[in-house]
Order: sequence, then C-alpha cells, then structure tokens
Amino acid sequence: MLTIDNLSNEIGGKTILNGLSLSIGAGEIHAIMGPNGAGKSTLAYALGGRPGYEPTQGSATFDGADLLDMEPHERAAAGLFLGFQYPVEIPGVSNVQFLREALNSQRRARGEEPLSAADFLRLAREKAALLGMDMEMLKRPVNVGFSGGEKKRAEMVQLGILDPKLAILDETDSGLDIDALKTVGAGINAIMRAPDKSVLLITHYQRLLDYVQPDFVHVLAGGRIVKTGGPDLALALEREGYAEVVAA
Amino acid sequence: MSALAPLPTRRDEAWRYSDLDAAARAWPVAAPERIVVAPGETRHLALLQDAAEGETVIRDHSIEIGAGGALRVHLLNSGGALGRITFDVTLATRAHFELKAALIGGDTQTLELVTTMNHAEPDATSAQTVRAIAAGQATTNYLGQIRVARDAQKTDASQSFKAMLLGRTATANAKPELEIFADDVKCAHGASVGQLDETALFYMAARGLDPARARGLLLEAFVAGLFDDMDDETARARFAAAGRARLEALA
Repeated sequence: MLTIDNLSNEIGGKTILNGLSLSIGAGEIHAIMGPNGAGKSTLAYALGGRPGYEPTQGSATFDGADLLDMEPHERAAAGLFLGFQYPVEIPGVSNVQFLREALNSQRRARGEEPLSAADFLRLAREKAALLGMDMEMLKRPVNVGFSGGEKKRAEMVQLGILDPKLAILDETDSGLDIDALKTVGAGINAIMRAPDKSVLLITHYQRLLDYVQPDFVHVLAGGRIVKTGGPDLALALEREGYAEVVAA
Repeated sequence: MSALAPLPTRRDEAWRYSDLDAAARAWPVAAPERIVVAPGETRHLALLQDAAEGETVIRDHSIEIGAGGALRVHLLNSGGALGRITFDVTLATRAHFELKAALIGGDTQTLELVTTMNHAEPDATSAQTVRAIAAGQATTNYLGQIRVARDAQKTDASQSFKAMLLGRTATANAKPELEIFADDVKCAHGASVGQLDETALFYMAARGLDPARARGLLLEAFVAGLFDDMDDETARARFAAAGRARLEALA
C-alpha cells in the first residue's frame, strides 16, 4: 500500500525527517508514537504534500505510484486521507457543500460519475450517524464554532464519506474525552478495518490504541523510525517513557 | 453642477487612487442622481455595475433621508476599466442608511466606492459593509467618510471594509475618515487587507478539491451573505449569479 524509503526533509534549514523508512501493507494498521518534536506531524504533512514540507531525498510509493510526484488533491483522489491534528475552519462554506464538492472532485479525477445531491445527503447522513454527529452540524460552516472534540468527530465523518484506501491520522485522539474517543475509535474500525485498506495512526498516547488495535507500533525519534514492535510496545512506552524504551 | 466640474486631479482627495485616464474618457459626467427618502419611508436600491471591458462608469448619488426614513442599498461593482460609485448621504433624525457592497475586479480594472455619511441630526444610524477582491493588476478602493454634526447626539455609525488580494500586483486602498463634533456617539470602523488562507487551501486540497475550485469556494465565502437580505428574489439571484461568474473568472 505505502512504501517510504529513506525520506528526509528540512524546514527552515533544519533537518526534521532524517532517512525515514516504513512499509505499510494492505489490511494493516500501524501506529507511530514519539516524543514532541520527533517529526510526527512533519511526516503526515510530507505525505499529504503540504507546501513547505517537500522531501529533500528519498521516495514514497503509494499503490504503485510515485506519491511525491502528485499534487495534494491528486493524492486525495488516489485514495490518501490526511486527518489533521488541528482541522481548519472555513467560514462561509458548509460541511455539506465542501464535502460534496471534494468527493465529486475526487470522483471526476478517477473517471467516476459525480454523486447527485440526494445521493450525497444519504451518504453523509449514514456516516454522520456512525460517528454520532447531528446532521445539523454538517449544514454549518466547516469546523467553525466546533469544539476540539467536534472537529475530530467531523474529521472522521469526512473519512467515512471520502472512503480512502489509506488514512494517515495525525493526533486524532487529542482533544477527545473518553466517550468521544470510544466513538471515534469505533468509527475508524468501521470505516477502515478492511483487507484492502490501511491506517497510519500518529499519536502521543496509548489510549486511542485501546480502541483501534494496531498490528505494528513504531517509535519515531530524531526524524526516523528507531524501534518497531507489536501492540505491547505501545504499553511499554506508556509505562516506561520514550527515553527508556528507545535506549533499551 | 458636476457636468461643469473640472477634470479631477490626484490632489483631489476623493480621486487620489482612481484611474484618471479612464475618468477623462468619460468626462464630463452626469450630475449626481438625487434620491430623496421621505420621512418614515423605507426604500431599497439594487445597483449592479457590470459594464463591458474598457468602459468607464462613474455614478454619483446625492441622497437625503428624512426623519425616521430608511434606505438600504446593495451594490455589486465589477465592470469596466473604471467603475466608480459614490454616495453622499444626509441623514435626518432617526434616519437609517445601510450599504452592502462587493467590488470584484481583475486585469487592470479600478473599482472604487466613495461614501460620505452626513449625520446632521440626532439618533440616526448608518452602516457600510464592503468586501473587495482584486486579481491581476486590479485596484479596489474604498473611501468612507463619516461626519457627525455637533448636535447629532446618539449617532450610531459603522463601517467595515475587508479586501482580498489574489496576486502580488493587485492593490487595495482603504481610507476611513471620521469627523465627529458630537460627544455621545458610536462610530465603529475596521479595515483589513488579506490573501487567501494557505492553510485552508491545503486542507481543501487534502480533501480532494482541485486548487481552482478551492480558491473559488473561499472567494465565494468571502463575499457570501452580502446579498442574502435582498427582498427582491429575482434581483438577489441576479446578483448572486453575476458575483459567482466574476469570481469564477478570477479563481
């Protein structure tokens, strides 16, 4: 699904990603954990194609195609979803309009027919219900006036509607209370647990991993993966801290 | 009468950012259109300026609003080489004037709006909401004056100007001017000039929107709501369609 090889980048002249390699197969859920400043969000942005985060070396292959050669909207159409740590507010544009245009833009890029307004609303209603979100909220401007938790829920509704092959979720658990965490975890499982789909969870804490059980856990430090293990690695990190585990 | 007025120069305050060559081509201009709103009367005015490329449009309005009267104006100023609309408004006691305007231009267009509010008597209210979008080498100008006479106590006047520049060669000028001789008044004004939010554009691209449509959506949102409260539904649809068409051409 995704193969990252020796990826590096610089931001403001400072090396952040430093020869990072990682391979994610279809049907797998991977978690990347790491201390502040390890390069977790930078990795997400580099894969999403955010201007300013362009790699200086290395490669990333997504479903056989050169990911780094694509524009951000082309990556989305190819099936990549980037969940934002801080979802952006867009005053004056409703969620419904935004998501319908985004989905149809993706469908056109893939040579598929656009969805009618009625079909889209049916889809949106179904996914909103899955995440326990009131349809009325989807009629409001994108993320405007949403609490931190509501923004993350809205991100997962977007995930459900856009139905990607690979979801890279950057700190989706931050700002969530325990009930919201459960709902969001169940949503990720319902939408993304499939043999032809993959997830890369980027997180500080173990707690999301109680609800979305990863197949692999990686520790990111100094811009590269320094340790890889199973779900128990996340527990060890939580118990002993990054410094202990990384040194061991 | 202004038909006999000499050609303006850069030294004329109200013309300092204008396109004087384009103005000269249409000089002398017609006398200001006089609008008198009777005491207690409420009137609406919808002005759509979408003249053909290269034309000069200069339209002056001299407005008097009687006691307790109200005038609500919606303006879309987007056509011609120079599109200049001015309002000189005198408000009697308890009168209300409201203007919602969009200036949308590209190429080398100059689109400008000049408002002068004369609060001559107490308890009158006035509000201007102006949104400007300039692409290419276009210039958008808003010159807004609020004058409050010595006995025009309890005046409530507000002015909001927000401009969006779509390129390094586009220009926006804002010149708020407040002359207040009464001491118990509310006069609020704000002006800002910005660019499309790069973070929002990336967020929209990450959801699959192609860049032109993402820019178009943000621009529509920037001017959204200006024409929502037009009572005449046909006119409202016409304004919305004309605005959208202009934005699509710029995005």
